[in-house]
Amino acid sequence: MAETTPAAATPTPTKPAPKAAPAAKHTDKKPAGTLATLTPEMMVVQQHFGEALIQPAPYEGFLVTDPAKVRDVALFLRDELGFETLSNQTAVDYLAENAIEIVYHVSHIQGGKPLCFKTRIPRDESVAVPSLTPVYPGAEFQEREIYDLYGARFSDHPDLRRILMWEGFNGWPMRRDWKEAYYEGDTKPFDSRWPGGNHKLAEERVPWADNINLPPGFDPATYVANPDGNIYESMLEGGNGHDLEVPPLDTGADAVIGSSSGLKTDQIIVNMGPQHPSTHGVLRMVVRIDGETITDLKLVLGYLHRNHEKIGERNTWLHNIPYTDRLDYICGMANEMGYVIGVERMMGIKPTERAEYLRVIMAELTRIQSHFWAIGFLLNDLGAFYTPALYFITERDLIIDLFESVTGSRMMCNYMRFGGVARDFTPEQLARARELVFERIPRAIDELERLLSDNEIIKARTIGVGYMSAERSIAYSLTGPCLRAVGVPYDIRRADPYSIYDRFDFDIPVLYGGDVYDRYRIRVLEMRQSLRILEQALNQIDQTPAGDIQAGKKAYNHRVPAGQTYARVETPKGELGFYLVSDGGQNPYRYHVRSSSFINLTSMREMTIGQKVADAVVILGSLDIVLGEVDR
Amino acid sequence: MAELATNQPIEEIKNDPRVPPELNNNVFITTLDKLYNWGRKRSMWPMLFGLACCAIEMICTAASRHDLARFGWELMRPSPRQADLMIVSGTVTKKMVPQIVRLYNQMPEPRYVIAMGACATSGGPFKEGYNVVSGIDKFLPVDVYIPGCPPRPEALLHGFTKLQEKIEKQSLRSVSWYRKGEATVVPVPVLGPDLIDLRRSQEIVARALAPQTAPAASAEPTA
Repeated sequence: MAETTPAAATPTPTKPAPKAAPAAKHTDKKPAGTLATLTPEMMVVQQHFGEALIQPAPYEGFLVTDPAKVRDVALFLRDELGFETLSNQTAVDYLAENAIEIVYHVSHIQGGKPLCFKTRIPRDESVAVPSLTPVYPGAEFQEREIYDLYGARFSDHPDLRRILMWEGFNGWPMRRDWKEAYYEGDTKPFDSRWPGGNHKLAEERVPWADNINLPPGFDPATYVANPDGNIYESMLEGGNGHDLEVPPLDTGADAVIGSSSGLKTDQIIVNMGPQHPSTHGVLRMVVRIDGETITDLKLVLGYLHRNHEKIGERNTWLHNIPYTDRLDYICGMANEMGYVIGVERMMGIKPTERAEYLRVIMAELTRIQSHFWAIGFLLNDLGAFYTPALYFITERDLIIDLFESVTGSRMMCNYMRFGGVARDFTPEQLARARELVFERIPRAIDELERLLSDNEIIKARTIGVGYMSAERSIAYSLTGPCLRAVGVPYDIRRADPYSIYDRFDFDIPVLYGGDVYDRYRIRVLEMRQSLRILEQALNQIDQTPAGDIQAGKKAYNHRVPAGQTYARVETPKGELGFYLVSDGGQNPYRYHVRSSSFINLTSMREMTIGQKVADAVVILGSLDIVLGEVDR
Repeated sequence: MAELATNQPIEEIKNDPRVPPELNNNVFITTLDKLYNWGRKRSMWPMLFGLACCAIEMICTAASRHDLARFGWELMRPSPRQADLMIVSGTVTKKMVPQIVRLYNQMPEPRYVIAMGACATSGGPFKEGYNVVSGIDKFLPVDVYIPGCPPRPEALLHGFTKLQEKIEKQSLRSVSWYRKGEATVVPVPVLGPDLIDLRRSQEIVARALAPQTAPAASAEPTA
């Protein structure tokens, strides 16, 4: 396929000049013939739209040469080829080619590999890409993130504002040529940390003696700060361009809303968060309420945006493993697994048998403890303040103890390595894991169900609350337990199997209620399935040689061949994807995290409108977000 | 009272005719400072306020195994108006720091700040991030720093006991909240093109007026 297509498949014809600016230290030689092979599905697209528009992209997927046609292509993929959900959307800044590439990954909800397509726009913000929100509503937050971090504009987007940074922030921080105040170099380890052997504080190096960069000539006297943009105004107008029916806010004092009671009521706008005990961290919900009923809701994110991706591009490949722990900090090792699988795929290596088992054991134990935590705090949100949570934290602590004894840390385990894991289980630790899996945890789950599942108050508060239909959930790219609670058996462990999950006998539990109650129950069922996997894994692991946990040699500096991959795993929260681009250097050229918590939040607005304020808290709890992963 | 304690031996007071005999064994002598601090240090009300990963360990500290209630600190208040202690548990971002400073200003004195974990102490692993404040002590006076990423619950407990020791050493005669004058208020930083610390506004204006001496424009490619 490669020889049939011209080498300059990019819309911005680039000379094969050396890529200088983005990575001076990078040995950036893209070998010829790295264009992707078109799969049969891509051929269908190519036949439909013509070879001028659809061309093979470098490494993966196809390129839509005209950005204006992206929505047509997406519509075709969704309606004709059955790619019903947008898994991932992100951008890559190719500085040397003066292009920002928007990357899309779409998936069949029945399973299979995701299909990748891309388009390129010039970096000067002259071209806007048609927003995919009419096709895939799940693109809303992802496009806002791309706009926020890369400055790429999307036409017809319902609400194109910055999402992680604030309105008025200077620059597009994820661009390759945007340097933060503490910028030291493109690749770690930085020489500037120890110039001449003497440690120098970052504050001593930079002009403002702090982690800030104000543009030259900035005068605070004339500056009007407006970090929220026009969020309140847009909520007053109603509508917001969303396809959801939202009545406009009636500011007239004599408006009669909620006519059943005949009372005259005003709608008001209330901020919940970022400091609010129910928001699971630093999330801010701006809600418009009519009495106690929510008539509109907008989320303000970014209060924990700690620049994971920018830092990840400076880190070496190995450096990033402990950072992934801090994404979704409840289930660190599930995140690590996604990352190492992605890098292993690019390096073309496979972990040893025993390492695979250890990874599965850790990932499933992580799932159980994460669900314990999620259910405990869902009950907190329901008003059962801390009593159920204390029960489950007790069980979680036992699992965490095992993590600590094996990896040395309770939460930030830093356990997985490319081609293996860091430490083996000792026989005592294996015995402890078996005791937990065969004895302790099943009983704890039984107790949990006895305590909660038939509880009258829980049922009254949760059944029918926060409903979202299967079609809308798929359109919103909802993944994880929330999607399976509405009858869609979509689990990456089955849909796009990774590691050794195809060896185990387990079910993907599905419920059909689509409300908060079923999101609670599906987590209980999933814990039982995780136990099944664990039982099999703990029985089979003895057939692998002890100590054989690392394929090849241990290494600090990994050379990952030029290429790109989208690796995804099923974490307790949903589909966690890593979109990695390597240019052959010692650190990633692009390191994107497709975070399930973040994308699941896109649907929060639709779930919440029409519900009570107290239910909004419960709906948020049932989505089980972790802000570290939402904001990254 | 301090003079009383040092000058008069306990026996003398016990035998004082003004003390009824049935109370003889129930008299003890201390300083007002000690009594005051003894009460304060065992009834700290921390603010229910979590930022990031460290908040999970903070919850674990308050939960079944580590049981913060043993120290009398378990009454987490969601409102800053009712809280004595702010545990900054996690990465302080530029977007969040105006709210944190405002919450701190809303806390009544005496108030204390614990910087929990590497991020709240210095920015930690995320220090170089463009949205990260390198330590909450850039804005708030911190009483106890707790290292770790995240610190274990035991480390947080240790931090608590360190703060108790600090409280024990405070004296009514010197504490700021019984002095005349207004309580110190930290100006809430502003989110402009970057985080603007209003305490530095004079410097910022000076730089704006003299742009030739401002080599801060590293937004352009330097490679």
